[in-house]
Amino acid sequence: MAQSVFEWSWVVENRGDIWAQLAEHIVLTAVPVGLGFLMAFPMALASIRWPRLYSPFLGVAGVLFSIPTLALFVVMIPFTGLSKATAIVPLTLYTLLILLRNTVEGLKGVPSHVREAAEAMGYTRTRQLFRIELPLAVPVIVAGLRIATVNTIAYVAITALIGQGGLGNLFMDGFLRQFPTPLIVGLVLSVMLAVAADLGLLGVQRVLTPWRRNPG
Amino acid sequence: MITFESVTKRFADGTVAADDLSFEVPEGELVVLVGPSGCGKTTTLRMVNRMIEPTEGRINVNGQDAASVPAPTLRRDIGYVIQQVGLFPHLTIADNIATVPSLIGWDKERTRKRVEELMNTVGLSQEVAGRYPRQLSGGQQQRVGVARALAADPPIMLMDEPFGAVDPIVRDLLQEEFLRLQRELKKTILFVTHDIDEAMKMGDRIAIFNVGGVLEQYATPTDLLATPANDFVVDFLGAERNLKRLALIPVSAVEPETRPLVSSDDAADRALEAARESGTDWVLVSDAEKRVQGWVSADDLDGQGTVGDAEVHPFGHFVTQDESLRAALDAMVESPLGVAVRVDGDGRYEGVVTHNTLTGELK
Repeated sequence: MAQSVFEWSWVVENRGDIWAQLAEHIVLTAVPVGLGFLMAFPMALASIRWPRLYSPFLGVAGVLFSIPTLALFVVMIPFTGLSKATAIVPLTLYTLLILLRNTVEGLKGVPSHVREAAEAMGYTRTRQLFRIELPLAVPVIVAGLRIATVNTIAYVAITALIGQGGLGNLFMDGFLRQFPTPLIVGLVLSVMLAVAADLGLLGVQRVLTPWRRNPG
Repeated sequence: MITFESVTKRFADGTVAADDLSFEVPEGELVVLVGPSGCGKTTTLRMVNRMIEPTEGRINVNGQDAASVPAPTLRRDIGYVIQQVGLFPHLTIADNIATVPSLIGWDKERTRKRVEELMNTVGLSQEVAGRYPRQLSGGQQQRVGVARALAADPPIMLMDEPFGAVDPIVRDLLQEEFLRLQRELKKTILFVTHDIDEAMKMGDRIAIFNVGGVLEQYATPTDLLATPANDFVVDFLGAERNLKRLALIPVSAVEPETRPLVSSDDAADRALEAARESGTDWVLVSDAEKRVQGWVSADDLDGQGTVGDAEVHPFGHFVTQDESLRAALDAMVESPLGVAVRVDGDGRYEGVVTHNTLTGELK
């Protein structure tokens, strides 16, 4: 039977499921990026305070990042089964490298004369970090969050292989049934999600850094 | 007051940046540390607020051993201005200036008033209060830097080449303004520069440093020029040392000499007589109020009835008591008479400054 490439009727019939998968995809992106940042941030602060820690931290995060996705899922299954955790733990570990590196580089990028002035004004170390250095590192930190988020949105699809997957399930469905419509829907929504997340984070950065806007 | 007692700084790599320094920055004075790069002047400055800790010796700041006070507390009482300004890019100008007041917990209203007052003091328009540092010119940023350092009215200021990053015209202006401000505020200031002319202009006292953190001489600018301690100091003071000395001595410091002065109504014979008596071939001419109008030569007076009938040559410049002997020298070489005529604020004759006076003063 001849099939057209895209059947709108399928979309209408399955819209409930499509929304559910999209919501799932957002959760499977937001939770790992959030958890990843919660882990990377203290690691970054420790790396600034004790610079000797930075190399080993970066090394571990780098090794984790280089493990093939599927292999890590397989390793997880004996412990967490086919649950959400099996998807979330590896996705979280993948974000560490980018989030750690960008947070540290952002903090290191604060001009030395600004740091010197803050110190000479009588800032304590902690106050200087939170009032001066972190606000100035925001653009680089947010840039890291943007890359990590877009990466994670792509990785989530793979978790369909372990029964998670969000929009990835639509790819699987389309592929297994040789039926392109769900595949196209999944692809378009996935790309739109990535673009929306990226622009959203960019907006957050703009709001947090009014001082970087052009002179009025 | 800041006192250095046998302070030495040796870095881990063996470099010595301060070699057994002992000197005192008196209350209310501006002391300039000057020397070639690598002489440790910046290190010396930064030991005062403990950005760098001395290896040996101690530094007293306002009667307290600096090492006995927690560094952040010590620093809030010490204003700090650097060449790169180091304004906080993410804070408005008002918030930048309010840095120390907010650290020591002033209330909002007091801080706001102080910021407004300081912006006037350093010559910033209130309009820029809500702007960010990158929206300001280099000169404006440097003013903000000075205002920020003064915010909590610290008794002591540390300034590291504070006017080094702006163009020469703005630098001159900022220097003048700062000196005027300092005459009012009487802060105890340690000021670093590599520019001997800036040191001469700004300093009540100057400490000349040599490579390796050696203090070669510590003296007032006048004493430094008059009695340099060694060849290094002579070299560092540079050419035209005598001209620099003259620039630092006010006309009021020397006794004026007298030369014949006549009124334009006086008889020419009387004027010739006066010239003969004092051994000159000219006389100065004034009006009835003793305001100097010029001079006439004895030759021109010959055969005239009154002084006014002869040709009176005007002077290009006079000097007043507040001007420097260097200005007097300038007036001297400009006039064919070879003397500088000294007048009061209303142009009345007070005497003349001669070449001999200058030579005597430089001896």
